[in-house]
Amino acid sequence: MARIIVVTSGKGGVGKTTTAAAMAMGLALRGYRTSVVDFDVGLRNLDLIMGCERRVVYDFINVINQEANLRQALIRDKRCDNLYILPASQTRDKEALSKEGVGRVLEELSRDFDYVICDSPAGIEKGAYLAMYYADDAVVVSNPEVSSVRDADRMIGILASKSRRAELGEEPIKEHLLLTRYSPRRVEKGEMLSVDDVLEILALPLLGVIPESQAVLTASNEGLPVVLDEKSDAGQAYRDAVSRYLGEELPHRFIHHEKKGLFGRLFGG
Amino acid sequence: MGLLDYFRTTRPKSAHVAKERLQILVAHERKMQGAPSYLPQMQKELLAVIRKYADVDDDAISIQMEQDDEREILEVNIVLPDDGTGKKFDTGRVQPG
Repeated sequence: MARIIVVTSGKGGVGKTTTAAAMAMGLALRGYRTSVVDFDVGLRNLDLIMGCERRVVYDFINVINQEANLRQALIRDKRCDNLYILPASQTRDKEALSKEGVGRVLEELSRDFDYVICDSPAGIEKGAYLAMYYADDAVVVSNPEVSSVRDADRMIGILASKSRRAELGEEPIKEHLLLTRYSPRRVEKGEMLSVDDVLEILALPLLGVIPESQAVLTASNEGLPVVLDEKSDAGQAYRDAVSRYLGEELPHRFIHHEKKGLFGRLFGG
Repeated sequence: MGLLDYFRTTRPKSAHVAKERLQILVAHERKMQGAPSYLPQMQKELLAVIRKYADVDDDAISIQMEQDDEREILEVNIVLPDDGTGKKFDTGRVQPG
C-alpha cells in the first residue's frame, strides 16, 4: 500500500506544483515507485513543470469516467523509470471530480506504487478538498508572507477536520510545513517573516526551507523538476526535504544569509 | 549613528508587524472554526437590542465559542459605556442546544 501525500497550501502561486514535482522526482530518485497526480482540473500545469506536456493522451478525468484505464493515462518519466505522472484534464472543471472516482483511482495507484503525490489546486473548493481527502501525509506549502501563512493555517484546520481520516476517527493526517521563496537576506533586514516566526504561528514540523532561487524559474522554463539541478540551492533544499520526509535528520540549510567578502562581491555571481 | 539611523531603529520592522498581525488574526480565526454560522447575525441583533438601552460602539460586543468534549460554551462579552465606574460586565455564559 502506498502512502498518499497531498501538497497543498490554500493560496495560489506559493509553489505547490514545483514542490509536488520536486518531491515526486526526489522520491523516485531514491528508488521508490512514485506517481504524481494533478488535481487542478481545467488549469493543469504539472505536465509542463514535469516536461511531459506533449505526451498527454488520456487524463485523470478519463480514468475516473472509465474512458481509459490507468495504464493508458499514466505517463512514464523519461529521466527516472520509477516516476509516473497522471495529468489533469484541461477541458473539464473541478465538478468532473467525484469522491468515489478519486477514491477508486487512488486505491488502484496505491497497489502499484510506494508513494502517490496529490498536487492540489489553490483554494478550498472541490479540487483542493478531494486532493487532501484521502491523504496520509500533507505537505503544507507557504511563503513567508502574511496572506500565504493565513491561508496555510486555514488549510491545516481543514486537514484536521474534513479528511477521510478525520471522518473515520483514524490517526490524523501527518502534516509537514515547507517554507518556500525564503530570502535570508530580507529576513535579517527585518523585511520578511523568519522561519521561527512562521513556525510559531503554524506550529507544524518543518520539512524544509526552499530559498528564493533563480533555479526554480530556469527549471520550469525547461520542464525539469528543480531537484534534478543538483548544483542549485533550491534543488539541494528539495533533496534535503525529501530525505527528512524519509526520516533522516538533517540540519536546515539556506536559512542564514552568507555575507560575501570583498572577493566574493567582486567576482561572485 | 546618524540622525537617520535613529529614526530607522524606532520604526518597527515590517516583519515584526506582520507577525503580530498574523498572531492576532490566526488566533481569532481558529476560534471561529467550526462555530455556528449564525454567530455574526446574532452578534448584530444582540447589539441592536443593547442599543435600545445604552449607547455602545460596534466593537463593544464580542462573542466567543468554546468547545470541549462535553459541551459548547458561548461567551458573550459586552462593554457598557463608561458611567463613572468604567466596569466591564460579563453578561454570563449560556449553553446552546
